[in-house]
Amino acid sequence: MHEVVHHLGYLAAGLGTTLELSLLGFAGAFVLGTLLTVMRVCPIVPLRVVGTLYVEVFRNVPLLAFLVLFVFGLPDAGITCSLFTSEAVCLALYFATYVCEAVRAGINAVPVGQAEAARAIGMTFGQSLGTVILPQAFRTMVQPLANVFIGVVLSSSLGAAVGVSELIGRTQWLDLQYDEPVPTFLLAAAGYVLVTLAVALLAGRVQKRMAVRR
Amino acid sequence: MVDDAGTTADRTADDTAGNGTVPSGRVLLSIESVSKRFGDLVALSEVDLDVHEGEVVVVLGASGSGKSTLCRCVNRLETVDSGRIVFDGRDLPQEGAALAALRADVGMVFQSFNLFAHKTVLENVVLGPTRVRKVPRAEAVEEARALLDRVGVRDKESRYPAELSGGQQQRVAIARALAMHPKLMLFDEPTSALDPEMIREVLDVMVGLARDGMTMVAVTHEMGFARRAADRVVFMDHGRIVETGEPDAFFTAPRTERARDFLSTILRH
Ligand SMILES: Nc1ncnc2c1ncn2[C@@H]1O[C@H](COP(=O)(O)OP(=O)(O)OP(=O)(O)O)[C@@H](O)[C@H]1O
Ligand SMILES: [Mg+2]
Repeated sequence: MHEVVHHLGYLAAGLGTTLELSLLGFAGAFVLGTLLTVMRVCPIVPLRVVGTLYVEVFRNVPLLAFLVLFVFGLPDAGITCSLFTSEAVCLALYFATYVCEAVRAGINAVPVGQAEAARAIGMTFGQSLGTVILPQAFRTMVQPLANVFIGVVLSSSLGAAVGVSELIGRTQWLDLQYDEPVPTFLLAAAGYVLVTLAVALLAGRVQKRMAVRR
Repeated sequence: MVDDAGTTADRTADDTAGNGTVPSGRVLLSIESVSKRFGDLVALSEVDLDVHEGEVVVVLGASGSGKSTLCRCVNRLETVDSGRIVFDGRDLPQEGAALAALRADVGMVFQSFNLFAHKTVLENVVLGPTRVRKVPRAEAVEEARALLDRVGVRDKESRYPAELSGGQQQRVAIARALAMHPKLMLFDEPTSALDPEMIREVLDVMVGLARDGMTMVAVTHEMGFARRAADRVVFMDHGRIVETGEPDAFFTAPRTERARDFLSTILRH
């Protein structure tokens, strides 16, 4: 126990890496996921097909399998990047499908009359989506998106399996050094709980602020 | 079929003579044997209707007779199955920028207002001109304020739609449509979601518009409005136009059995 406490800084750095991975992964997932949704609701059929296919494929492969394929497959294909980058990209590609579902649900929650009114004053598809539909959809999506973010944080631990030195990776290393699985993993768990609680709190705040003006 | 023949004869009479209120302007909107079905259900069947510049046409008919569908086909919120619609000398564009441009020229007021819920009253009115017409913001704001003044809700400009009464929301919706300088205004039962005391304030705005020469197609069962402002009344039944005529003549002596039945039901309420 004593030994482990000495390495709090080492674990904290792991938590930092976890956070960086999650933020980058989520940001990428958010952009790509929104784009996928736009593709899936737009009037151009080929784009709709590509969007749907993407979601179907990525949702039906376990993230770990995908991560391993990505990290070991890319160098074979001649693309080399750091393990950290590989995992961040992987998380973004994978969680984009979850963002996509959240955004789609958000769009569906916007009354159809809003889109009709936008079209009726001459807005194009892009304008009505960008200025009328999505801004209203995002209001109903704060909580679902926070859940996706929490999913990204927890799933980033799979990076340990391919050698990324994030929180779980470092926890495993400490465990191997001192053979103290319970305290080390308890500490790691506390780290995750801290992050997810903070996210939930923040989401609650944002949600409230958005509800005031409407 | 017999009714159809009667309708055509009527229209010619209206175009040429009338009681002096029928404008002699050119045809702005021409609906030519338009049909539309939803699955097996025939919503519009061979509908013909010409609307002249400056004319006010009131559309009446029982629930499900196709009034909304007719309006929505005019700005292509609904596509037609057959027939054609010519607006301002051009066939309705199919899609894309041309369709958006057409819609900018046709104002629409919905039964359920459909104001943008996340925008203030002022922003609701400014959005179209700035985004679609690319009017400079300052200019758009100035005009929006003038329009809000005209419909009597200037003092609510920084409120959100949910903070307004139904009547106020509908008047803002009219201002939003007018801000685009439409050539034609479509009203789809603009007062039927309103409490009685608010109906009047919306109808007054519509009558004012009609007086100012706006071309209008209005689905409404408000006989007062039809009598005060309409040049022509069109009665629909099961997706067909079965009778058209001047408001007074139509309300006092409808020629078709269906119209008589219909009028007796709305008069009873
Ligand atoms: N999107 C749709 N899908 C299927 N059927 C529809 C759709 N829109 C309208 N209809 C049907 O088409 C017919 C005509 O509808 P429409 O809304 O034009 O009637 P209306 O005269 O406006 O009636 P109301 O007075 O109730 O508004 C109705 O039977 C309606 O159920
Ligand atoms: Mg209707």
